Order: sequence, then structure tokens, then C-alpha cells
Amino acid sequence: MLGFAIRRLAQAIIVMIVVALLAFTLFRFVGDPVNQMVGIETSIEEREALRERLGLNDPIPVQFARFIKSAAQFDFGTSYQFRQPVSDLFLKRIPATLELSFMSALFALAVGIPMGIYAGLNRESWVSKLFLSVSLIGISLPTFFIGILLIFLFSVTLQWLPSFGRGEVVQVGSWWTTGLLTVSGIKALILPSITLGLYQMTLIMRLIRAEMLEVIRTDYIKFARARGLPNRLVHFRHALKNTLVPVITITGLQLGSIIAFATITETVFQWPGMGLMFLQAVQNVDIPIMSAYLLLTAFLFVSINFIVDILYYLIDPRLRVERA
Amino acid sequence: MIKKSLAVSALFLGCLGASTAGAETLKFAFQGTLNQLDPYSLNETFTLGALSNAYEGLTRRDENLQIQPALAESWEVVEPNRWRFHLRKGVKFHNGNDFTAADVAFSADRVRSEGSDLGTRINAEVKVEIVDDYTVDFVLPGPNPILHYEWDTWYIMDKEWTEANNAVKVTSASDTTPNFAALNVNGTGPFKVASHEPGVKTVYEKNEGWWDTPTHNLTTVEFTPIGSDATRVAALLSGELDMVYPIPVQDVKRVNDNAGTMALTGPELRTIFLGMDQMRDELLYSDVKGKNPFKDARVRKAFYQAIDIEGIKRKVMRDLSTPSAIMISPFLFSRSGEFERYPYDPEAAKALLAEAGYADGFTVSMDCPNDRYVNDEAICQATAAMLARIGVKVDLIAQPKAKYFAKVLASGGYDTSFYLLGWTPGSFDSWNILENLTQCRDEAGKGGAFNLGGYCNKEVDALKDQILVENDPEKRDDLIAQAFTILHNDVSHIPLHQQGLAWGVSDGVTLAQRADNQFQFRFVTKN
Amino acid sequence: MPNVTNEEAKAEVPVFANPADTPSKGALARALDSDIFHSFLKSKVTVVAALGTIILFLLAFLAPWIAPHDPFDLSTISIMDARVPPVWMEYADPRFLLGTDDQGRDLLSGIFYGMRISLIVGFCSVIAAAILGITLGLVAGYVGGRTDAIIMRIADIQLTFPAILIALLIDGATRGIFGALDREVFSFYILIFSLALSFWVQYARTVRGSTMVEKNKEYVQAARVIGIPAPIIMLRHILPNVTGPVLVIATINLALAIVTEATLSFLGVGMPPTQPSLGTLIAIGNDFLYSGEWWIAIFPGLALALLVLNVNLLGDWLRDALNPKLR
Repeated sequence: MLGFAIRRLAQAIIVMIVVALLAFTLFRFVGDPVNQMVGIETSIEEREALRERLGLNDPIPVQFARFIKSAAQFDFGTSYQFRQPVSDLFLKRIPATLELSFMSALFALAVGIPMGIYAGLNRESWVSKLFLSVSLIGISLPTFFIGILLIFLFSVTLQWLPSFGRGEVVQVGSWWTTGLLTVSGIKALILPSITLGLYQMTLIMRLIRAEMLEVIRTDYIKFARARGLPNRLVHFRHALKNTLVPVITITGLQLGSIIAFATITETVFQWPGMGLMFLQAVQNVDIPIMSAYLLLTAFLFVSINFIVDILYYLIDPRLRVERA
Repeated sequence: MIKKSLAVSALFLGCLGASTAGAETLKFAFQGTLNQLDPYSLNETFTLGALSNAYEGLTRRDENLQIQPALAESWEVVEPNRWRFHLRKGVKFHNGNDFTAADVAFSADRVRSEGSDLGTRINAEVKVEIVDDYTVDFVLPGPNPILHYEWDTWYIMDKEWTEANNAVKVTSASDTTPNFAALNVNGTGPFKVASHEPGVKTVYEKNEGWWDTPTHNLTTVEFTPIGSDATRVAALLSGELDMVYPIPVQDVKRVNDNAGTMALTGPELRTIFLGMDQMRDELLYSDVKGKNPFKDARVRKAFYQAIDIEGIKRKVMRDLSTPSAIMISPFLFSRSGEFERYPYDPEAAKALLAEAGYADGFTVSMDCPNDRYVNDEAICQATAAMLARIGVKVDLIAQPKAKYFAKVLASGGYDTSFYLLGWTPGSFDSWNILENLTQCRDEAGKGGAFNLGGYCNKEVDALKDQILVENDPEKRDDLIAQAFTILHNDVSHIPLHQQGLAWGVSDGVTLAQRADNQFQFRFVTKN
Repeated sequence: MPNVTNEEAKAEVPVFANPADTPSKGALARALDSDIFHSFLKSKVTVVAALGTIILFLLAFLAPWIAPHDPFDLSTISIMDARVPPVWMEYADPRFLLGTDDQGRDLLSGIFYGMRISLIVGFCSVIAAAILGITLGLVAGYVGGRTDAIIMRIADIQLTFPAILIALLIDGATRGIFGALDREVFSFYILIFSLALSFWVQYARTVRGSTMVEKNKEYVQAARVIGIPAPIIMLRHILPNVTGPVLVIATINLALAIVTEATLSFLGVGMPPTQPSLGTLIAIGNDFLYSGEWWIAIFPGLALALLVLNVNLLGDWLRDALNPKLR
């Protein structure tokens, strides 16, 4: 067990370094950061001097070594746009993204699970077919378009919900901020959470339906029915319980991708999270922010994968035999 | 409409916090972010405009961009090379420090130091001499009638505060520790910065101790950057914000039709134009080999006459543009009315092309930004379609400004054959155009660094040098007119238009829309 | 959020027990079996979806012959025709049934041509992703050990780069390395490459899982004993048994690729506006929603939704039909 964990950990570290290297090499070509850092009238000599001071003229391996060395100490450098340490900026933006991701996952579960159960139990009913088809709209329109349509309907036309930002936030502890404690904060969460969670909702609903369809055909459910247990008990005590394991696994893994891919939603709703900051960084060739963001998402994925692998190892004895 | 919907929303969801806050709070949004607060770090309109509410220069400009005294009460040219500025007495910085000549001398040093992006505000050879606490002399190497033209955005900092907080060095991106001046403000202006979260929100508060009598009635101003056009307009239409800018030209009508909001439109100073590579012997991106068609003025004129500028104005800009015959706004050059565009005439354009030996047209790539100017990409697309009618096939390369500028500017080796660019002369003066956009340059960009196409006419350059030192306004304008006439005859560039400004404002808010697109809170009243 | 991780793929393809144990008969052959064909005819929704898909595909691929205008021919479009509303509205122009976009292109023709580009981008990227994913999945599952670990860690690396980011980076990098090539051809390949790169992992993981199960079966062991080379075993014996799940992922991915391409257009790295895909048209029309010119975004949006819906409904049916547990 320990050997396996150590081997996986070593692999995880290599993955991180490769991600960093790839990111670092590719960022060279996204644009010239210096053009974004100075006004248009700045002379060529001054631009060159700035490039020199930033170390952008050093060979790429030198720059990369410098980057890795400081990144290992959680120092990602100074943002070209904001002239502030990147780690400070991320600490301020993380709560917004996590809160949005959490709420959208909650939305996806709270709506997706009941719809999925219904559609699984009543396979032929027209309501479940409606669920299946309507939920597809959530994945057949691009996220940005759904966001704009929601804003158009609920902010501009009905004026029920705000169109941008987090509303009023409350400071909790030394660095966490939350919008969950104020009315305007909660209202501000609704539209972005739906926009971001729609895709996951569709996914969870279809997943539950598929699992339900299989489980209710298994022998032990048939046996439970034969014993004369009421339908409700069979469905919820026996069937649902068995469908939840894969759902939980996938929701956990999805949380990682929600966080990573919230960029579009954050841009449409001007949500002050990491994704918005990342897209702005791409537009302005803010290399330190781009690298840090990429490393952060890489870290998230790698650690989730790592935990999942360890869990599987603990749960599934067959895997243990094979690895050994 | 706002009131009615407020009642509706109150029924369902409780009060809509945003628009019921204190009447003197102004909430506004802009498309870009206020990245940092150091006044010498970035020479860019929005940053300087946002800081103009907290910092002030020796001069300032009024609603119509006329120069006014600000921290200097008056000034005089005592000798041709010596300017004397009399400073305003009794002015205090936000922290209570007195404003004196030492602050001016300090600011003059700092703005010219390494890392400053505003080094052009004062020539490095200008000497600053403190005469007494409230008098400062500027000694120039030679006469310069436009010395103070850009001083409304050269903000005076507090020497004591800057030194005490270890911020004498201008905030630079190569810094490893955050600079105090990048996160804090201590100016003399009408507003203090109460909090600043870069890229998220900046809050201003009224400066009770301001030296001038306020004409505004605001106590708090909240700024939020909103990058998405649709979201920004939505936030205004829904009543969440009092003012947003810019609004896309297509939404002007919607904002006007909506009860409770209106669009303010006016001409901006920026001129949008097309440029062509006239320097290389063979174009980088064309199917014409062994020669450069743009070296022939007839080809340039054919391109010019193929463009239906009225069509672009009506359909792309929705009448929010002013077609221009020269490379500067009529507001900045009094004699621009003397110039007239070559008429739109596709037949004449075809004839010119045939005369130049390109009867069947040719192919050329066009570089265009897609997030820099108003409808930049749409203008390029329309241009491509219009040129297709005279047989020229345009491969359009429209990209975000980061990539676009990296390609076409000197740092990218002027890697373009045909491009669209916009330019506002920082000094509001024609000399800036002749220096940056039309002056001859070498391959590395020495000379007219932003003359991307490398147009070169020694006559124009000679006129430019005369204009710089000519103190007599009438003679000076005459020289400028001569230079622009040559440029027009040569078809050095294809000027398109001055783009329009479009701001969205809630009813009850009055403000001044300056043609330089700076939003200054001191002109705002809200009721 | 058009980015599917491998876990979703697993979810969408719940425990794909190899449909049959007779190795002589491939899944494709079985798919044409009367059993499945019967279930197809039984489901009215599926028949409608199939018809819809065929019609949309025909419209798209016959665009040059049936579209009233050629939106790519710049010399035929005029800026003066910009933003004409659909024929049933005021100020309409009978030449443009669904109105025009901001450049004066006929929207109906734009939708046909746009759908064609979206579908080509979708198909090419799905095929490329499938080939890459299946190959790597087969090798990883069959060879196992260190090879498996390396391939799966590469998959991990890939997962940290969302499609959007890959496209942004590749777009920038290729241009940086090769200089500005012909944008119109170039963006097309960048798109396909980026989409394929972000989708291959699902195929690889699914195929790897099935391969690991399959390779311990007697018939594979037997084949190995009689000395058939590994590549042939993989291609002739294992591959046919994993095509079921691959087909299902492919249908889902086709829809996803089309939507992702739309998002990329929104970010400015999709197809160029001179050669608009459905996504580009929506991204353009997005700017004109508030100004009352809703048709520029809504009609392409409807076309995209219809296309994705039909393809997905077919995928749903295929998934259920190929799952023996549900028969």
C-alpha cells in the first residue's frame, strides 16, 4: 500500500512539472507581455529595457528554472497587470470561485437526482422523455449564450436578479469572503450557479437514470419486490442507494472540473473569481497569473485523481492483486 | 419603469439593494480594469482618467478640454527657454500634508525616472528649479510652445508620503514586492480612494478638504470593471448601475428607448485609419512577387476610393463616427475643414488599379485587432468586402490586441502588409502625429516608431521639425496644413473616421462627456 | 461547460459489459442485427431524431447547391444590406428569408454553411480523438505495466488543460512558430487539433478498461499461445469488442465538439468571422441581442440546439440499445 502510494505520488509530481513546462513553453507564444504593460507611445528602447528587467530575454530553460524554484516556495511572481504578488491575488479570488462552484454543484444534485430517479423509474412516461429532451438543451447551447439569455430574462426584463458581481460580501475569518450571508449575495449567486451547473445537472440526471434502469432489473430488487416490500421502500432504500456510489464519485470529480472551467460563466457574469482573472490574464499576456492558474488546476486534478486511485486501491481487492 | 419594477421585485424578492442606496452614491462600470494606482506606471486613458479624480496636475482640462489652472494658479514664459509656474497656496494632500514646490520638483524627477511610462511628459533635459515654496521654474533646452499640453495627466505626488512609504521608485512589473503607491493614493483631488481591489472594485469617497468648490454632489463613487458588453449594458438597463461606458454602438437605441436610461454620444479624438507597407521591396503577405504594389500611390488611392466610408458610418458605426480626410480630429486642428476625402468611386478605383498594372487585382493579408477600437473587426470585414468588389482579395487576420500589437509593432518587426490602427495624439497636437505616424523610419523603428507601413517623405519631416519650434500659432498651423496636404496627396495612409463615444447614463445623473473619453466625477450630479 | 472528463464518459457508458462473448462476430455486425433495428423502429422519438439528423446533415452538406447566397464570397455581400430583419417583419428584404447579419450576409445561407463547418469540425475532431484514444487505450490496457502508467499520466496532464485553454495555447504557439499562415485554413486545423487533444482521454480510458477485461478471456489467451502478434490480437480480437462504447462516446462528443467550437468562437479562437460556423454566428449575434436584432443569434442558436438535440437523442437510443442489461 505504502509503496503504491509513493509511486503514485512520484508520478503526480512528474505530471505537475510537465504541466508547468508545457504551460511555460506555450505562453511564450501567446503574445508580447511588454506591449500590454506600457502605453502605446513608450519608445522601443524603454520596451527593450523593461523586457530585460523582467528577464524575458533570458533563455527559456533559465526562465523555467527560475519559475520552478520560486513556485516550489509558493511564490508565483508579480502580476504584470496588477503589480501585486500573484499568490495574494489568488487568495482573494479563490472564495468567489469555490462558492460559485459549490452552489452550482448543489443545484446540479438537487435538481438532477430527483429528475433522474423519476426518469429511471418511469422509463416510458412522456414526462421522463420531456426531462431527457429538455435537459439536453442545457448542453446543446454554449454556456455564454445561456448566461446572456438568463441575464436578458431575469435582470433586464423582469429585474429580479442582478446581472453581475457577487453582491454584498461578508468577511469571514482572515481571508474568506462569502456572499451567502446577505440577501444581495444570495441573489447574485442564482443566475451564475444555474448557468454553470446546467451541464452537470444534465449529466447527473442521465447518470442516475441509467443506473436506476439497470439496478431495478437486478435480482435482488426483483427479490425485494417478490417479498412484497412496498415500491417506495424498494426504490429508495434499495435501488437509489446502489446508484449513489458512482454518482458521488463523479460529482466529486466534477467539482474539480467545475472549478477549472468556470472561466466562461465568470466572464459573462463578471464574477470576481479565478477564472475571470485567468481569461483577463490571457488577453493581457499576464504570464505569472496564467502559469499559477494552470498549476493550480493541475494540482486540483492530480490530487483528486490521486485520492481516487488510493480509494479504489483500498476498496477493490482485484486491483491490489494486479498491481502487486 | 424603474419604480414600477422595483415594486414588483419587492413583492417577490425583497428590495433590490443596488438602486435604493443613498442618492449620492454613484455606481459605474467600465470595460477595462483599473490595475494599479501608481500615476506614472501606465500611460493609458482609462487609468489616468480614473486617477484624475484623486490626483491633480499643475493644469487640468475642462469639459471642452481647454487648459485651466489647477495646482498652478498661473504661469508665464519669463524667457523663451524659462517657464515660471506660480503654485496654488493652501492646498493639502489627502493625508493633510501641505502642497509645495518641493512636491513639484520631486514629481518631475519621479515621472522621468526609470520604470515610468510617462517619461514623455517632461523632456529629460528640462531642469526644474525651486524659486520659493510656491514658485517653480522649468528651464528648457530650446523653445517649446506645447510644453504643458500633457501636464493635466502629470499628477503631483506628495514627496514626504512617497518617501516615507518607500515608493520613490515607480511601480514596475519587475518589482518583486508590491509598491505602496500602486495600492494607495495620496493626491490633492476631489476624491479619495477608500478601497481598491484590483480587477474587482474601487471605492472613492468625497475629499471634504478639496481646495476648489465642488460642483458635484457625490459622497461615494463605486467602480466595477465589467468586460462583457452585454452584461455591462444589462447592468445599466436593469438599474443596478448609474453609468456604464462604453456601450456598443448597436445598443445606443436600446439604451435610449429604455425608460430610465439614456445614451450620451459624441465624437472622440481617436482617428481610425488604414496603413500599407510601403517600405519592403516585396510584400510579406501577398501573391504579388518581386515588387510591392503599395509603393505605387495609384494603388493606395484605389484602395482609398474603394472604401464606402458612408456605408461604414451608417451600417457599422450606426452614425456614431465622423469620416475624416486627415489623420487628426477636427477638434485638434482648426484648419481640418479645408481637407476633403477622395470620393467613394469603385469604378475609378478599378481604373487606377488597371493603370498601375493590377487590372485583375491581387491578394493581400490584412491585420486587424478585434478588441481594441469600436467595431474594429467589423470595419475590417466591411473593408475586405468592399475591396473584393475591385478585385482585391483580402485575407483578414483579426486577433486580440495582445497578439495584434505583438505582430505589427516594432517589437514584432512590423510584420504586416496592410493594417488598421487608431491614434489619439497624447498632446492633443498635430506634431505628435507627424512625429509618430508619418515620420520616416528605419527597419528597427528608429524615427516614426508607429509608422508601421514605413511611409517616408523628407519634405514632411522637414516641416515637422519646423513645427516643433515655431512659437507663432498662425504660422505653425500653416506649416501643419502644408504637411497634411502632402500626406493627403501621397495617400500615405487611408484615414477612415473619428470613432464616436457612447456612454450609458441613468436618468437623474448629469455629467460631462469629455472627448478624450476621461470620466471625471467632479462634473457629475445625481438626484 | 463543454468539457467531458473520462469519468463522465464512464458515467454515460455504464459498465459496458462486452455485449456478447462470441468473438467471431463484431459489434458492428451485431448493430445491424434485427434486434436493434427493431428497437429503433419501436421508439418514435428515435425515428424522428434520425430523420431530423438526416435532414440537417443534408442541408449542411448540400449548402453550396441549395443555399440562396454564398456567404463566403465577399464580392457578393454588401455592408448596406447589414442587419435586415426576417421577411415577416417590417423593413425586410425578400432576398433574405431569415434576415442578414451585421456584415450583410444572408442568415439562412449562413446557417447552412455554418452547420456544414460545425459538422466538419465536429466529425474530424471526433475521428481524430477516437483514433488517438483507441490506439493509446488499447496499448495501455494490453501491454500494461510502465507503458500503461505513462499513458495514463499523459492523460492526467491532458485533463488539466481544458479544451478552451488548449485552443488558446495552440493557436498562439503555432502562430508564434510558423508566423501568420492563411488564417482561414489554419484556424480549422487548430480547432480540430485542440478538440481532438481534449477528447481523446475518454476513449483511451474506456478502451483501456474494456481491454484489461478482455485480454484475460480465454480466446485472447489462446490467440496469444498460438503466437499471433500483439497488434493483430488488439485489432482483430479486442477492438471489435470495444466499439460499442466508442460509438456512444462518439455521438456525445460530436455534439460536444460542436458546442465547444461555439464557445471558442466566443473567445475569438474559433473559426474566423469570414468563414462563420454556427458558433461564430451565435457569438456575433450575441452582440446584437439587446439592440433588437435578435435574429442574428437566435436562428443559428435554434439550428445548433436542433442539431445537438437530434444527435444526442440518437446517442441515447444507441446507448440503451447496445446495453444488453436493458434489453
